[in-house]
Amino acid sequence: MNAHARKSTPWWLSAPALVLFTVLLLVPLGLTAVLSFNVYDPALGVKSGEFTLEHYIHLFTDSYYYGIFWRTFWISALVALICVLIGTPEAYVLSRMRNPWRSILLLVVLAPLLVSVVVRAFGWSMLLGPEGLVNGLLGVFGLGPVKILYTETAIVIALVHVMLPFMVIPVWTSLQKLDTGVENAALSLGATPFTTLRRIVLPQVMPGILSGSLIVFGLAASSFAIPGLLGGRRLKMVATVVYDEYLHELNWPLGAAVALVLLVANLAVMLSYNRLVEGRYKKSLG
Amino acid sequence: MTKNGPFALAFNALVIAFMLAPLVVVCVVAFTPENTLTLPTTEFSLRWFRAVFEHSDFMQSFWNSLWLALASATIATLLAVPAGMAITRYSFPGRDFLNALFLSPLIIPHLVLGVALLRMFALVGGTGSFGFLIFAHALIVTPYTLRLVVAALVGFDRSAEQAALSLGASQATVFKRITLPMILPGVTGGWLLAFISSFDEVTMSIFVTSPSTVTLPVRMYMYATESIDPLMAAVSALMVAVTAVAMIVLDRLYGLDRVLVGGHK
Repeated sequence: MNAHARKSTPWWLSAPALVLFTVLLLVPLGLTAVLSFNVYDPALGVKSGEFTLEHYIHLFTDSYYYGIFWRTFWISALVALICVLIGTPEAYVLSRMRNPWRSILLLVVLAPLLVSVVVRAFGWSMLLGPEGLVNGLLGVFGLGPVKILYTETAIVIALVHVMLPFMVIPVWTSLQKLDTGVENAALSLGATPFTTLRRIVLPQVMPGILSGSLIVFGLAASSFAIPGLLGGRRLKMVATVVYDEYLHELNWPLGAAVALVLLVANLAVMLSYNRLVEGRYKKSLG
Repeated sequence: MTKNGPFALAFNALVIAFMLAPLVVVCVVAFTPENTLTLPTTEFSLRWFRAVFEHSDFMQSFWNSLWLALASATIATLLAVPAGMAITRYSFPGRDFLNALFLSPLIIPHLVLGVALLRMFALVGGTGSFGFLIFAHALIVTPYTLRLVVAALVGFDRSAEQAALSLGASQATVFKRITLPMILPGVTGGWLLAFISSFDEVTMSIFVTSPSTVTLPVRMYMYATESIDPLMAAVSALMVAVTAVAMIVLDRLYGLDRVLVGGHK
């Protein structure tokens, strides 16, 4: 095999995938970017020859969109925070269990990831509804019924359920690298379990916690089925608004603009934060 | 190693209950004999499962989803094996770009992909085509197959390949008789993970399906926004069952913990 053929081999091997990704990913994203600058006329539809910044200006000045972006942001941040508070200790507790419980329970926590999100959303709408199990339980204690379904609370609860595995996985991965000898050394030198946890374990799982919260935030901000089914018709998040613009309002350029703002925000958070986390921990942990 | 205290175990039990609650409720309510979403108290009934099988829209969507998942997972695997070989075995300018590009559907919101593909299909007149839908799904499940193929190729001892080559085997023979059998667990694991992901996908599909190509999750989403009755619970229970079967096979072939913990960073 000559040098030239060798050089082109990896490109030939990747060519089929590259064609698919060019035709169905790069080109469509480019077309959507162009579309978001197209003039939209409610009577005539999209005018492909005329360009405007109107949709983007509209997004950042109209209080309706402003409110939706804000709601999406705080719900995602809250979901990420709750996932940190539940997922980190859960991964820690699981990692200290013995087999077979350790692997069985880890799978129980992670496996819902593979069940369709529509099924999980539907499950929560049954649990949180006015006649649901949660209100039934509250009734036993003489409370309620409380309106949970179609409120932000329902969205947050269901999103935490969907996102928790994404938090447990990176924390679990960093816990596997933890040297239990160091933990035992701290304990034998007289540190309390709490100090050991705070000074030895926590700093070492911090990269896992940070990358987990990042993934959770990004996925929550772009979630569609959960706010669509548990937020009802009035509580919109970014993804459900894009759906409305596309399939009900038929204002594709505006919908494309919202989708691209979401994409850029998502990529910016993921990439910059990732770099920050990696840079900081590569230095301190070697 | 220190043991978990009672507080830690109680916390663990609560988290497990929280994770299982919605799935268990769906599966139990599916057996209700009533007309409303109630827990079956006196008897278990299969009437809602029968209703699902007699509901032509749900059945059509089920078959759509099944064929779609089979086809797109197969295409994704056929693309990921050579691409994975290129990425792991050659160092060439553009390698990092290709790797990032092929994994990008994991970080690009499916909503954005749905919007972008809808635009593309509208321009080329492919809206509602099942063929386009298959390739759209192949795109979003390729990262899963690629990851497991790459993982299999990275921990690969190449001495057997070199021995075969030095004994005069052709490149094709080496791939067919040595490389492929050795990475087969990764390939089949990736295929199954791709199958499950495609079968479950709703956000992108809702933009690019037409009435005749609606997939099961999309049909369920639309049904649930309009009415909530035990029929939906029965369909959900069947979804859980299909996923569970695929998961058990995946676990036997590849190890579910490896897929889940190694499959998502």
